[in-house]
Amino acid sequence: MAVMVLYYVITALFTVILVRNFIKTRDVQKGILYLAVLMPFVLRLFRLK
Amino acid sequence: MRLNKEWTIKGIAMAVTGTILVLAGIAFAQHRNFKEEVVLGPGVTTVRTLGDYFAPLKGGPNDANVFILDSGEPGGTMLVLGASHPEEPATSLTAHLLVENATVEQGKLIVVIHSNPSASTVTRPGDAYPRFFHIETDWGIKKFRMGDRWANPLDSWPDPETYVHFPSGQLLAYMDVRNLNRTWPGRSNGSLAEQTCYAFMRLIEAEGVDIVIDLHEAELEYPIIGTIVAHQKALRIAAMASMTLTAEEFRIGMEISPLALHGLSHREIGDHSNAPALLAETPQPFLDRVRGITDESLLLTGKDEFVMKAGEFGLLYWPIDESGWPIDARVGRHCSTVLKIAEFWTLFNRSKPLVVTSVPRYADVVANGTGYFFQDPATASASKVVYE
Repeated sequence: MAVMVLYYVITALFTVILVRNFIKTRDVQKGILYLAVLMPFVLRLFRLK
Repeated sequence: MRLNKEWTIKGIAMAVTGTILVLAGIAFAQHRNFKEEVVLGPGVTTVRTLGDYFAPLKGGPNDANVFILDSGEPGGTMLVLGASHPEEPATSLTAHLLVENATVEQGKLIVVIHSNPSASTVTRPGDAYPRFFHIETDWGIKKFRMGDRWANPLDSWPDPETYVHFPSGQLLAYMDVRNLNRTWPGRSNGSLAEQTCYAFMRLIEAEGVDIVIDLHEAELEYPIIGTIVAHQKALRIAAMASMTLTAEEFRIGMEISPLALHGLSHREIGDHSNAPALLAETPQPFLDRVRGITDESLLLTGKDEFVMKAGEFGLLYWPIDESGWPIDARVGRHCSTVLKIAEFWTLFNRSKPLVVTSVPRYADVVANGTGYFFQDPATASASKVVYE
């Protein structure tokens, strides 16, 4: 259970990093890539998939 | 100006991503939260849950309903497990049909429709699995969840690098730590699937279960198919059931549970309790890797031209033709197999008879369809409807 909570913390950390990178990048292609990568992290954080 | 253009594109991308997330999220949530309605049949005397036998499971994702059909007359006790793998729907349908129809005249029958409920709340979108399937009945369409082989990662995460089976120490694939038929006999402080198996072992002890039947389906590319796999304590019963079913109803084989293959119900339940276990397999073309379009139709009809072609090249372990392997034939096979095993249990254990009636046999299910045997929850009293 503790390991599971830790994995959710790691997932949240990756989500924050991806959102930050999306905001900061000036390259829209990279921005779209960050959003695509972000989707499974958000679905897991919201416990949907 | 350039900044505006950049954020316009980013805004559109955010809107598209958000839409995808919302639509996907709704679809996943609908499937995870859908409840199947079960009408308690005349034989059901008590409904308990797995948490009653192992408290840590109470109220959790695998607190499965346990339907007890007690005749009140002394006799043997049989446990039937449906949907150990919820991607094998003939197993949960058979268990569902037993709960809604069976009456027990001697002994006790215990039925679990979803033995690994968590695994029934997730499918494999990457393999194009449908989320639901539907069975026609005389009173309308009855809707069921399609599931997966492994417990939902939302309930059991992360997987280990390698799954070390307890207590044998045998190394198994990492995801099988969520596979109910690789985690027997389970352990109290293990993964969700291990704890679920542990709870079933406590149920077997507490209810004095004499024999266990674990229902499954298999791809035609898999050698263990159309058969009964039996622990060495149940060989006589399995052999007689196999021979008489083949002579009277349909061809079915028999396999001896390998001594060194650990984690499976037919090995571990027999080794760690007084109850011998048997595992029954039906053919399900939906699971074959060479299958074509993967949809609800394939799930229910079992018709697939690519699987048939594989059969023409001798690549299958079980025959298939234009008729496919429809769900009614698969449910019917499981019904007759359960009944036949109960008959031979009684024959070999005269002091502990188990007499189960009002369950359709193979020919009845094929002739009338599985849906014919389901009761309408809308016309049943609320106290008789249980949600799975």
